[in-house]
Amino acid sequence: MKLRTNLLVGGGLVGLAIVVAILAPWIQITDPVLDANLMNAEIPPGADFPFGTDQQGRDIYSRIVHGARISLTVGLVSQIANTIIGVTLGLTAGYWGGLWDDLVSGVTNLMLAIPSLIFALAIMAILGPGLVSLLIALGLTNWSYSCRIARAQVLSLKSQGYVQAARILGYGDLRIMFTQLLPNMLGPLIVIATLGMGGSILAEAALSFLGLGIRPPYPSWGSMLSEARDQITTAPWLSVFPGLAIFLTVLGLNLLGDGLRDILDPQSQERRA
Amino acid sequence: MLTVLVRRLANVIPTLFAIVAVVFLLFSVLPGSFISAMNEDGRGMIDPAVMERMRKEMGLDDPLIERFGKYVGHLAIGDLGNSFRTKEPVTKLIGDRLWPSLKLVLAAMLFAIVIGVPLGFIAALKPGSVTDATSMVVAISGLSLPKFWLGLMLMYLFALQLKLLPSFGYGDGGLTHLTLPAIALGVSPMALLARTTRAAVLDVLNADFVRTARSKGMSEPRVVTWHVMRNALVLVITTIGLQFGSLMGQAVVVEKLFAWPGVGSLLVDSVFQRDVPAVQGCILLIVLFFLAINTLIDLAYVAIDPRIRYA
Repeated sequence: MKLRTNLLVGGGLVGLAIVVAILAPWIQITDPVLDANLMNAEIPPGADFPFGTDQQGRDIYSRIVHGARISLTVGLVSQIANTIIGVTLGLTAGYWGGLWDDLVSGVTNLMLAIPSLIFALAIMAILGPGLVSLLIALGLTNWSYSCRIARAQVLSLKSQGYVQAARILGYGDLRIMFTQLLPNMLGPLIVIATLGMGGSILAEAALSFLGLGIRPPYPSWGSMLSEARDQITTAPWLSVFPGLAIFLTVLGLNLLGDGLRDILDPQSQERRA
Repeated sequence: MLTVLVRRLANVIPTLFAIVAVVFLLFSVLPGSFISAMNEDGRGMIDPAVMERMRKEMGLDDPLIERFGKYVGHLAIGDLGNSFRTKEPVTKLIGDRLWPSLKLVLAAMLFAIVIGVPLGFIAALKPGSVTDATSMVVAISGLSLPKFWLGLMLMYLFALQLKLLPSFGYGDGGLTHLTLPAIALGVSPMALLARTTRAAVLDVLNADFVRTARSKGMSEPRVVTWHVMRNALVLVITTIGLQFGSLMGQAVVVEKLFAWPGVGSLLVDSVFQRDVPAVQGCILLIVLFFLAINTLIDLAYVAIDPRIRYA
């Protein structure tokens, strides 16, 4: 029962975010960046503008719809990067062991000791604001969990009969890792990547809110909130809707991750990042 | 206890050294040095001659290894260098911000523990019940909320609409100014604690020794307090430690939102002012705090659970 609710609500919210992001140019009311019209400044939510307008007269709904593109791109791309790095390191470290394993484990522990938001913030400070910097900053700083999981899985799988069999058949190390071991650990990795996506989206919003991520006028949910802060007394709706969009998207990803865990990774009770 | 401490320190010191190296290198070799960034920022073009002199003054032209050696040498005697901006020692800048930051983190953690642990506990005692479902919905929502948005909403509701609490600032550092930022910061560790506590308690409730305790006629409250709570505590404390340690880093956005004069807002301001020594100092402090808390937690294990022995 609970399992279905998780998956259903989570999948629904994530699905909605994806559809909105894809359809953004077709479901927008006005252009999110260019259609500023001071005659329409700070109109409360109503029939013409469902979520109201900002101080420059831009439609908040259209900006949020486009913001979904930024959030999901950042979440997806950075998490793919993290997963590739983490899995490659974890897989090889667990399989080969020895000095390489010590090195990878050392670096992983190092990464765990630096709070990932702070690490990302440092990288953004150096690279400067922008989408590409964000993808680099968030894609390189959060792979330690998938690395640890991949490594732990390899250690328990590598003595299994089918791996031995593959070795006897003359499979090379890389072939064993990617065709025999990897498919058997996809479950936990997908779970951690789904939860990690939520984390990346929150981090993007936080960095953009601080002015280090996506800069105005581009409609990132985080940067919209940073502009909205100064208007909170006169135009509170500016703060409400972008935050709600972040919350619902991340909630969807977290519910989906939990639901997937119940199916794909039943052994682990709490392996949350 | 002492051997555990020594062992941990033997582990922590290389990590710390590696982090110092990373933090130093990040701001030294990567492209976009701070001075050229100052130039590109459009905050006024800098004369190449002036730039040259600035580089020399800040010692940026010395060989990297020499600069690193100097940095570590100064660090060893507790000198983080001088701020590019105010020329004051970074240790003083951070020192002024440390207490407000600690106060915020402690208050947030207190909130998280006081709400999160009982929430998870109650949920676990009746798994599948409405109480359980409700608390877990609260928990997963808490994990999905952007802290600064929650803070913004709290600010709107309690400060601007109800006018119960000040909307931002440090004031005299008292409870009224502390409450909103502490809640904004404390909600996600609260949520995580509720989930961990629930999982830990459920795990222990199925253990053999709990069945034994029940079957020998021990009363349920006694089973729960004596056997379940104590055994669930290790996992709960681990989570508290990990969260507490990382909270100073997470506080950055909340401090910035509420104009709280902590290390986090110093870090962000320093980033915008291109004040490298201050940025490095803040990051090192945040990491050091994390490592120190984790070491303390490891020591706490040994005190709580006699089964844990570091051989």
